[in-house]
Amino acid sequence: MKLPTLREVGTEAKLLLIGIPVFIWTMVPIYHMFLFAISPKEDAFSGKLWPDHPTLNNFSIVFHQQHYFLRDFWIQFFNSVVIALSAGALTLMIATAAAFSISRLRVPGGRWVMNLALFTYFIPAAFLAVPMYRTMGNYGLLNNHWSLILAMVTIASPYAIWVLKQASDKLPVELDEAATMDGATTLQLFRLVYVPLMMPSLVAIGTYAILLAWNEYLYAFLLLSRDTEITLPVALGNFLAADDSPWELLMTTGFIYALPPAAIYYAFKRYMVGGLTAGAVKS
Amino acid sequence: MAITLSGDQAIASPPLSARLTTPQVWGIVLLAPYLLVFLAFVVYPVGYGLWLARHPASYVALYHDPIFARAAVNTLIFLLVGINLKMAIALFLSGFFAQQRTWIKWLSVLFILPWAVPSIPTILSVRFMLNPEWGVINQLIFKFTAEDGPNWLNDPSVALAMAIGVHIWKSLPFWTLILMTGRLAISHDLYEAAEVDGASWSQKFRYITWPSMQTLYITCTLLSMIWTLGDFNSVYLLTGGGPADLTHVLATLGIRYLRLDQLSLAMASIVCALPLVLPLVYFMMKRLSR
Repeated sequence: MKLPTLREVGTEAKLLLIGIPVFIWTMVPIYHMFLFAISPKEDAFSGKLWPDHPTLNNFSIVFHQQHYFLRDFWIQFFNSVVIALSAGALTLMIATAAAFSISRLRVPGGRWVMNLALFTYFIPAAFLAVPMYRTMGNYGLLNNHWSLILAMVTIASPYAIWVLKQASDKLPVELDEAATMDGATTLQLFRLVYVPLMMPSLVAIGTYAILLAWNEYLYAFLLLSRDTEITLPVALGNFLAADDSPWELLMTTGFIYALPPAAIYYAFKRYMVGGLTAGAVKS
Repeated sequence: MAITLSGDQAIASPPLSARLTTPQVWGIVLLAPYLLVFLAFVVYPVGYGLWLARHPASYVALYHDPIFARAAVNTLIFLLVGINLKMAIALFLSGFFAQQRTWIKWLSVLFILPWAVPSIPTILSVRFMLNPEWGVINQLIFKFTAEDGPNWLNDPSVALAMAIGVHIWKSLPFWTLILMTGRLAISHDLYEAAEVDGASWSQKFRYITWPSMQTLYITCTLLSMIWTLGDFNSVYLLTGGGPADLTHVLATLGIRYLRLDQLSLAMASIVCALPLVLPLVYFMMKRLSR
């Protein structure tokens, strides 16, 4: 084994000097949440860095809905799942059709629609929330899951269309020509040639839209209010309204709520990082 | 009328029926769903909102509301301090994460977590850490100094600084990743040549890294400004705009008026941000759609 030179040791030390604070900075709020989730109530408030008696009891309380804050936990969890999946599926359908139309069929005015979509992408979400809340009221959709699903589709679609258009512009034109020569109709071209080739981007965009809807707090909090209709983040926010919030249960619920996106993110990391960061800022 | 399809070809217009081929008819059909969503949930709300914000009286009322003035100042602090700090750290860390080390690769996997997990549980976790009585930070301060720590969220300027910290915590990974992609695209030969010439660390940054990344850095900063203007969570979940409504930013202020049923004030406060947003949007559109 070759011994490292003094210079190499120095470089490594300098890197560690950056790496350790970065690690602490990143992990402290997450670890704190986890610590609360595995601590009994009295340990949670003691300021200890590891509980004397780690327990999974909090999870059991949440799963069995044994606290009045949590009596609708499963229905709220289910609401989050339904809304995220619906928003993901709908975004995917609308954006794939639009990207195919703009990029492959070169529909008149497609470039215009593209620019309008991009414009939406740049409206800060909290600013659109106010008029959107009022509009949903006018449409009679308030307190209806569709309001949140459609709001999420509105917010996710522009970016989805943009990324999918960039990806589909890279597919060679010859593919479309060959398929048309073989007698494929436009819809067959879409279904049998376009969609299969776009699969990696579609996975990335579907995941993006699902995570966006799953993680959304502001719109969910404005558009839904009944205990049996709200999503998990709104339920978590409602804990704050009480003076005697059971923080260890709040953190446990938060931990459960944060797990699916983290898992999905790591499962699709390959697609996400390539597809999303490359699309976010074209350099 | 001429319709420009892809910038280089312009088609003079015969009657519509003769101009459209079957694929183009399909094109319109496939584009229609998005257009409907756009009309129903962007055009109509924005138009309706602007119509609600049409009364000059709303702007006079805003002008006289001290909470609005404070929110405007807070927003500027958030943008100037928060974004520049965040982007500078991201630029620095992008160099760190670009190093080829196994442990740095592992660290980068964890580093992405704040961005990957939803804001609400983590921001509430920070909120609890900052609790003056039971929070872990003041518990540790007490353990080591036997003194009570500060009441972090009770002093508006400290609370705003904490909200900026939360914002940086949440969005730093994303920008670091983007800037790292930019850094990795710089040719390695340039650095090797510079090393042969005996260039120092700072010279390499100044003459190679920065010139190659300048445009990307500026674009990222502007895009980050737009998104930060819309960042509701960092402030609302940490301080709720308090104490005494002194930590609001424009994003939370609009929602505050909305909750108070003052819809025209809510819209007017958003319209006040437009002179800041529109030039940014124009610049970003130009950059991304070329």
